[in-house]
Amino acid sequence: MTLIGAGVPRPDAADKVRGEARFVDDLAFPGMLHARVIRSPIPHGRILRVDLSRVATHPRVHCTVTPDDVPGENVVHVIYDDQPALASDVVRYVGEPVALLAAEDRESAREAETLARVDYEALPAVSDPLEALRPGAPVVAVPAAAEGRDESPNLFNRMRLVKGDVKRGFAEADVIVEGEYRTGYQEHAYLETQGAIAVPEEQGAITIYGSLQCPFYVQGAVAKVLGLPLAKVRVVQTATGGAFGGKEDVPSQVASLAALLAWKARRAVKLVYDREEDVLTTSKRHPSVVRYKSGAKKDGTLTAIEVDFVYNAGAYQTLSSAVLWRGLLTAAGPYRVPNVGIDGRSVATHTVPNGAFRGFGSPQVIFAHESQMDSLAERLGMDRLEIRRRNALRVGDETACGQKLKESVGVLETIERARELSRWEDRLRAVAAFNASHPHRRRGVGVSSVLYGVGLGAKSPFLDKAGAYLKLEADGSVTLAVGTVEMGQGLTAALSQIACDALGIRIDRLQLTPVDTTRVPDSGPTVASRGTLMSGLAVLDAVKKLRARILDASNGLGIPEEEIPARLNEIARSFFLRNLDPAVEGWAHAEPVDWDPETGLGNPYFVYSYATHVAEVEVDLTTGEISLEDCVAVHDSGKILNQGTASGQVEGGIVQGLGFAVTEEIAEKDGRLKVKGFTTYRIPTIRDAPPSPTVEFVEALYSPGPFGAKGLGEVPLMAAHAAIARAIAHAIGKAVSAYPLSPERVRQALAS
Amino acid sequence: MKISLTVNGAQRAFDVHPGDTLLEVLRREGYKGVKKGCGAGDCGACAVLLDGRAVNSCLVLAGKADGSEVLTIEGLSKDGALHPLQEAFLDEGAVQCGYCTPGMIIASLDLLTHHPDPNEEEIREGIAGNLCRCTGYTKELRAIQAAAEKMREARHG
Repeated sequence: MTLIGAGVPRPDAADKVRGEARFVDDLAFPGMLHARVIRSPIPHGRILRVDLSRVATHPRVHCTVTPDDVPGENVVHVIYDDQPALASDVVRYVGEPVALLAAEDRESAREAETLARVDYEALPAVSDPLEALRPGAPVVAVPAAAEGRDESPNLFNRMRLVKGDVKRGFAEADVIVEGEYRTGYQEHAYLETQGAIAVPEEQGAITIYGSLQCPFYVQGAVAKVLGLPLAKVRVVQTATGGAFGGKEDVPSQVASLAALLAWKARRAVKLVYDREEDVLTTSKRHPSVVRYKSGAKKDGTLTAIEVDFVYNAGAYQTLSSAVLWRGLLTAAGPYRVPNVGIDGRSVATHTVPNGAFRGFGSPQVIFAHESQMDSLAERLGMDRLEIRRRNALRVGDETACGQKLKESVGVLETIERARELSRWEDRLRAVAAFNASHPHRRRGVGVSSVLYGVGLGAKSPFLDKAGAYLKLEADGSVTLAVGTVEMGQGLTAALSQIACDALGIRIDRLQLTPVDTTRVPDSGPTVASRGTLMSGLAVLDAVKKLRARILDASNGLGIPEEEIPARLNEIARSFFLRNLDPAVEGWAHAEPVDWDPETGLGNPYFVYSYATHVAEVEVDLTTGEISLEDCVAVHDSGKILNQGTASGQVEGGIVQGLGFAVTEEIAEKDGRLKVKGFTTYRIPTIRDAPPSPTVEFVEALYSPGPFGAKGLGEVPLMAAHAAIARAIAHAIGKAVSAYPLSPERVRQALAS
Repeated sequence: MKISLTVNGAQRAFDVHPGDTLLEVLRREGYKGVKKGCGAGDCGACAVLLDGRAVNSCLVLAGKADGSEVLTIEGLSKDGALHPLQEAFLDEGAVQCGYCTPGMIIASLDLLTHHPDPNEEEIREGIAGNLCRCTGYTKELRAIQAAAEKMREARHG
């Protein structure tokens, strides 16, 4: 075992530094047309008339598409099928697709778009989720998608978790703190915008090329909108320029739109979004309102929490029910809490549908639970790290939802290691000294601890599987096909390491098959920090099967086991000459999970990852500007298979967390997002990044995982933003209760 | 209109429309390593060297570049051998999704050409116009430092 845990270079990186990686907009097909989407300019209205006659007269326009042209079901298939591919009677958000056109070139498509005429009868709209819940509010949700319609027509989902006796818990508490926390939109801001190319194929089939996380979701969506069997729809993932959850469900929409045009035109059609179009019309992190009440004894022991949280889901369900579910199961944090009452609601509004974003409904409640921990510590006169240490989950403890943790609980170790690495006490003293000598600047230190349920969990256990096709080529090189995707996170490296390590071959003797639904096994979505864990297990299963065949063959050849790696080409040749089957299929499915929607209790995830971050910030008291001076990030994701890609994930998560907490903001008024690409949506630059973050992994091994690995991708952001927010609160000595902590908001807090 | 550009050492003539940006022309002519991230000069993904200086090619009208020398990411490696910056980005693990990488490397090349021995602040200044959503910039900073050292060594033989 030499490759596991090493900093093996990424097999996908060389093409990227040469500029040779092919992203979707880099591809072209013979006769390819360029698409534009005609979108609703209003948040709510009835479509009276769609007149594309002038569009059709543009000499370079090839065809247009309206709902009448949809051969299958007019839906973007995600979970509830409430979102139409093209709105046919009512529009429910600004930017909702209404009609499509395809032209010979991009410029003509753009010109022709301006010739479309759509008449609407504007209807009253609601964009605030709390207002949308009031009686008499304009109705947004399609009735079938509003699970909570008996309570309110705009209540998509309500989920509760009740354990113990919250009243008694608060009665036993020596201190009780309450708070309300709000977070705004966060845009994924992947550097490559959304895009897909649809190519009609022979025998009534179609191929989609696209920037995406979930090839099999896209396959299902396109099949549904075109009314085709799945076997007729092939999806090929192109190099994907960042995703972060933003390419989980949205590519199903983008690909469906491209496919509708291609199907009618009988030609290849490319649909690539502009930056502004992408920011305005694709999913974002759910804005939230979270109310918290927490009780603790004098020694800091938590006795009860009560949580009420509301997420603004936007106009259609997409992934909001799953996002809400993860929020529910994260809201108690990585702590022992005997008495718990959590109540979450996702609400329909006339705004762009929100969806998956790194953390998936957990960062909003993490901001709240970590703020509450600090408030308790303050009231108790206790150190902030110490109160987390005292309550941290250990092996044998029960989580808030009653799940007994059997193994791999490293949160305590992350707290203790973060204390050492950050030199916590020294740092607090140094900050106090700095503040005493700088009248116009304040430094502060914050800490946050988080837990993350790895994988899809009991909400969709049927998706938590993965496959791997492994083939020994006649020269002893190896081909591997998996159905989870590389999107920058480093999956290619990790899976190559696992396979090459077990087979004893060099990384450059293995080739991963490009992800293509006709060539790779359905491995579920590449989300929920599950790629390395689930596909890694599938690869190990395949390797085990192939090794058994290799051993048989080597025995026949009289090759001793230790010589197998060096003589694999001979063995492979014998497979070829003796007509042995050189291909195997590996399969993995997650450990069983269960969850009771009535009580909210159960074993919703098979394992959890943990992290503790310590952040130090400096606040300019005059301007309200914040700089992130340092960050210590300690993670337990079980075994780390590749130090380089793992630390890259953490460093990136810290900076994305900084964006969420401090710089990134989208104002919304009357259902309209006030944002113009990156000009007004400020993601952190290298100037904002901390000079030299410390990243360390404690490895509480998960025995069923590949070499003991769990999941990592989302966790860094989840821990980082809250540590930064708490550092800001510490610096200014005031409560902070809303993201982003922009200079304006910091100045307001200072004045309060 | 026709313009003439020397792209990666080869002089070529291009037919362009008056409104075409250098980014559009380069990509249309097959230099797909030049990436469009925003089209508004905010992200740096489309950076190329124009007469030796890094520019956001989405902000340059192709007509204005007539007669200029352009270097894109495709022109950086010589006879298949990677440029020290490309090597350093690989060695330091500074590449994740890779979409910002060409622009980031071009901006770094401009920086190191004009400041062979930059301090950390100068590196930050030099690539402040290049957005990356994956890496947190830590490994990119290290890669640029490592490349600077290699390039200085090469220069001093």
